[in-house]
Amino acid sequence: MQFHKYDVVIIGAGGAGMRAAIESGQRARTAVLTKLYPTRSHTGAAQGGMCAALANVEEDNWEWHTFDTIKGGDYLVDQDAAEIMAKEAIDAVLDLEKMGLPFNRTPEGKIDQRRFGGHTRNHGEAAVRRACYAADRTGHMILQTLYQNCVKHGIEFFNEFYVLDICLTETENGPVCTGAVAYELATGEIHVFQAKSVVFATGGFGKVFKTTSNAHTLTGDGMGIVFRKGLPLEDMEFYQFHPTGLAGLGILLTEGARGEGAILRNASGERFMERYAPTIKDLAPRDIVARSMALEVLEGRGAGPNKDYVLLDCTHLGAEVLETKLPDITEFARTYLAVDPVVEPVPVYPTAHYAMGGIPTNIHGEVLRDNDNIVPGLYAAGECACVSVHGANRLGTNSLLDINVFGRRAGIAAAEYANSRETHVDLPENPAAQVEAQVALALSEHGQERVADIRTELQATMDANASVYRTEDTLKTALHDVQALKERYAHIQVQDKGKRFNTDLLEAVELGFLLELAEVLVHGALARKESRGGHAREDYPNRDDTNFMRHSMFYKQGDGLTADIRMDFKPVTFTRYKPMERKY
Amino acid sequence: MTATAETTAGSRGSQPPVPDGAVTVTVKIRRFNPEFDDEPRWDSFDIPALPSDRVLNLLHYIKWYVDGTLTFRRSCAHGICGSDAMRINGVNRLACKVLLKDLLQKGDKQTTITIEPIKGLPVHKDLLVDMEPFFEAFRAVKPYLVTYGNEPTRERIQSVADRERFDDTTKCILCACCTTSCPVYWTEGSYFGPAAIVNAHRFIFDSRDEGAEERLDILNDIDGVWRCRTTFNCTDACPRGIQVTKAIQEVKRALLFKRV
Repeated sequence: MQFHKYDVVIIGAGGAGMRAAIESGQRARTAVLTKLYPTRSHTGAAQGGMCAALANVEEDNWEWHTFDTIKGGDYLVDQDAAEIMAKEAIDAVLDLEKMGLPFNRTPEGKIDQRRFGGHTRNHGEAAVRRACYAADRTGHMILQTLYQNCVKHGIEFFNEFYVLDICLTETENGPVCTGAVAYELATGEIHVFQAKSVVFATGGFGKVFKTTSNAHTLTGDGMGIVFRKGLPLEDMEFYQFHPTGLAGLGILLTEGARGEGAILRNASGERFMERYAPTIKDLAPRDIVARSMALEVLEGRGAGPNKDYVLLDCTHLGAEVLETKLPDITEFARTYLAVDPVVEPVPVYPTAHYAMGGIPTNIHGEVLRDNDNIVPGLYAAGECACVSVHGANRLGTNSLLDINVFGRRAGIAAAEYANSRETHVDLPENPAAQVEAQVALALSEHGQERVADIRTELQATMDANASVYRTEDTLKTALHDVQALKERYAHIQVQDKGKRFNTDLLEAVELGFLLELAEVLVHGALARKESRGGHAREDYPNRDDTNFMRHSMFYKQGDGLTADIRMDFKPVTFTRYKPMERKY
Repeated sequence: MTATAETTAGSRGSQPPVPDGAVTVTVKIRRFNPEFDDEPRWDSFDIPALPSDRVLNLLHYIKWYVDGTLTFRRSCAHGICGSDAMRINGVNRLACKVLLKDLLQKGDKQTTITIEPIKGLPVHKDLLVDMEPFFEAFRAVKPYLVTYGNEPTRERIQSVADRERFDDTTKCILCACCTTSCPVYWTEGSYFGPAAIVNAHRFIFDSRDEGAEERLDILNDIDGVWRCRTTFNCTDACPRGIQVTKAIQEVKRALLFKRV
């Protein structure tokens, strides 16, 4: 075992983690731990843009952005947080530009802006050009720019260090975070990092689903670690399905395509979104578009030999727009489906994309241990966190915004907290014991179950029973399946017994987190007997503000993978927007 | 599945059902785990696969159902993260961007796909190499915007044409396909390599940047751009379609004529 001591430890090197590191690293001694290499994180897969009311191309202001975010989130958004995000968005974009991000430009040389789903002028009048972008690789450019600036500031990275536990030290005022425990992939060695503050920025858990835009590595590790510590997760039943995944594959095709004018059509060529969202049509928020697409298919209007997808028509945009503003998605369609978007429409279907829920934090990124109290020294930002700025449904581009605004806030807060403490709080006794035991158990002979089989079955039941539309019956099936898979997980076999880059072991550990989070998702979806944002219940088709205008909070009761889940609720923060019926 | 004679691969039990339309292909993989092996070897796996599968799917099949010790990096699986650069049938490719249908032999001949780690970087295990020397070269060229004086309150103004000037080299995902396809890099590891030069280019030709001279000084070094023999392997290898050799030539020209 090796021991390290830092002021701040940041876990994850995607957008939120590196944005936090740039702030923290200039203020306090900071280490970034990532299970990948920097620039491999899935921020790089984000395409379309990052919204901010710069008003570079038409009238706009951050108050409209705030409203759109709240309405887009089906009023489950904490309004104080949304207001901060929309207000700070402007500086977040300008900061990135100053760091070197090569945004597309207007003829005057300013940052160009495009339309995006749910972002409107004057509270819903029409789509507004608010998304700042770099072709259709905005996330790639953000990830690269942030890494470049980490290099510039000499940020210290521990690459391929897989964090498996955090250290909580009990004090008379409750638990305090004092460090993290990591497994070094290269050597199999365990490292304890003592720190005054720890920031989680570990991303989402899209791999609970089969059809997903998420990377193989998005297995919810950070959320899983926090949950196992008895700390809550919030709003986990709200999972976003992005309307335009490549059919059958789930690879993302940006909403920016529709922002540039692409149209969704059913088998007969009808522009069906005109029926579901008469005002902004194809640029309705993702939950509405995904539901509409699923309905078209369910009602027999799907395209293709099995009528199981719809078509994204970009043909009228012309080769030049596609090649210059949407080059990557044009190539994806050509490479993976052998479809050329210049001349034919692209088969698309909703793909599991983004967790609205996660580790509950306040607006400073401080992690909550219940509705009222924080865990001193523990922070979270980005997709793994729930502030909550996305509520029941995130608007497109608001995730790139979230990681920049709240990554920055968490980095500053973590460093300032560390600097306000003269000494490190003592670590708990045997801080590495839990991880040592976990690794030893996984490597020991205790069964014949294959990780791949359990994962495949998990993803199949989640796709079939807990995706765009859900019912009591499908969710009960999913719950039953996940619980049975958890039992089988106790008997998994890791074939690679070595210490060197044991990715067989890694996948086994990741599966444990996936199973845990899938159960929380389904548990929450069963309890929420209403339809709101990304959570659509066929048996409860309406939003029910009387009973469900509240955040869900999930706590693990006891140890072990099969421990019970306790549910609680947290009020939504309102400032000036009253819930209204959601029409576009 | 039958693992052929030279493999030491253990079986992980029964394989999943073979999907309709699958063909059997032989995947021949360069294996080496310094923890247990004295020297590298080749393992062959006969597996079912669909023509629409990516090579990454084939590797996953082997790892998940045949030999869990097979080791490689991967993440996004659609050519964006840059994790899974490897040598596929002798050329550097991302395993997630090569489809089996493009490798299949014509007629009834069984297809063999050869997969090796990228060359020029130390092998850690199987297809997984030490990326540190690669990233060291990247960090050495000051791959970030260098500016002096006060920052503007709003964004810096940049014309569409000025933005276009360096667009190609902003696409780099640091996968190392180019650098590890370069014969000069294979023999002289001290050479910065194409990827580092591409990333220097991205800033040298950015109208907002004021660090071109510093970077050009670095690249004028004995291990800098002059090592390039314009073999074009790098351009062929780039999964993002960057005109890598052209970018290197533009940096050379900037050095010769002292202007960007």
